[in-house]
Amino acid sequence: MKASAFNYARATSVVNALELLVAHGDKAKVLSGGQSLMPAMNLRLISPELIVDIGEIAELRGIAVRGGALIIGALTRHVDLLKSPEVAAHAPLLTEAIAHVAHPAIRNRGTIGGSLAHADPASELPACMIALNATIIVRSQTGERRIAAGDFFTGVYETALSAQELLIAVELPVARKSSVHFFHEFARRHGDYAIAGLAAQAIVLGDVFTDLRMVLFAVGDRPVLARSAEKLIDVVVTPALLSDASAALGEELDPPEDQQASASMRRHLAKVLLARCVSTLLGRPDLDVGGSV
Amino acid sequence: MTANMQISLEVNGERVDAHVPPRLNLADFLREHLQLTGTHVGCEHGVCGACTVRVNREIVRSCLVLAVQMHGGSVETIEGLSDSGEIADLQAAFRDRNALQCGFCTPGMLVAAQDLLKQDAEPDRERIREHLSGNYCRCTGYQAIIDAIETTARQRRERKP
Repeated sequence: MKASAFNYARATSVVNALELLVAHGDKAKVLSGGQSLMPAMNLRLISPELIVDIGEIAELRGIAVRGGALIIGALTRHVDLLKSPEVAAHAPLLTEAIAHVAHPAIRNRGTIGGSLAHADPASELPACMIALNATIIVRSQTGERRIAAGDFFTGVYETALSAQELLIAVELPVARKSSVHFFHEFARRHGDYAIAGLAAQAIVLGDVFTDLRMVLFAVGDRPVLARSAEKLIDVVVTPALLSDASAALGEELDPPEDQQASASMRRHLAKVLLARCVSTLLGRPDLDVGGSV
Repeated sequence: MTANMQISLEVNGERVDAHVPPRLNLADFLREHLQLTGTHVGCEHGVCGACTVRVNREIVRSCLVLAVQMHGGSVETIEGLSDSGEIADLQAAFRDRNALQCGFCTPGMLVAAQDLLKQDAEPDRERIREHLSGNYCRCTGYQAIIDAIETTARQRRERKP
């Protein structure tokens, strides 16, 4: 289908974009890369009266490292993240995850800010932001708010962002030398929406996790930071302990059912991902119990 | 009422000025305003890849871009890539290997394949599959398409010692 009619404004600056958002409230929708907004409009899931195109605002673009933090502008495209040496050095989880975000033609337009503000529960970047302890920076006419990624995603396509605010950038703590990461997702076709996925960042000392942030996606209405993974910190992981954590994860999740997968299939895949993640990060093939969890 | 907007862009090397409604996507602009019907419209929500074109040298889904966003930009369609001879060898390889049947997906396949071959002179089959993962073909089963791209990559390497 085609999008229904709307008015279009090309914002010339963040200040100008905020003026437009204040004037039009929730009748306006921000267009960055458009790779989620355009499908939603073409399918007539949403019909905004005004599109505020922020695509030309140069100040929202770019990747910088400042004072122990990696700062990524909202308009930075997926392809820019994928090719960035700064991201590869300081947030390698993100580099690995981006390869799973849709297809090359979509990664050439889609932006990190757009993906986060859209908050699709099956998308990779929101989960990575929580795993990496990111801060999401939003601006309104009254000033700037810094929101922890864990508080930003509030439901299916819902975030802490108000209709008068613009997502400006994300700030990630630079990965520590001893940190390791894991990313995997199950999808019908490479680049499709995940049926279940996991993004994790951890610190391993010897053969023990001293920190483990494991975030599952496509298994709830928002990315889920697994509390059950805490059982695996500061202890030697045995098959029995992993099995306990796996059972706890199953209880922690309340996955949706749709035409791609049942709730029990998603729960099963989440447990498989947990085992693979722990086994990979600790270098312990004996813990990868694969499909038999 | 939504007002039409003036846009000025380059399409296949030629300057185009037009008055378009904001809701018009690039695929429909190319097909209906410029009669460049080689760009196909399949799913209209970014899944099938039939509408793949190049914008500022990079491939994009023309159904997921508004014509008004192209103001000041440069668009290359399958017609441009064909006429310049840039993909003549790739097209010949598709024909020789029967890598098309109904032909609906073919323009998008060719544009995506050329994009890969420009970035990677020696892609293995897995890499080809990954790069074309966003392009659906409902006829061929993909093997022949991947064969044709692999063959073209090899021929280009042999020609360039």
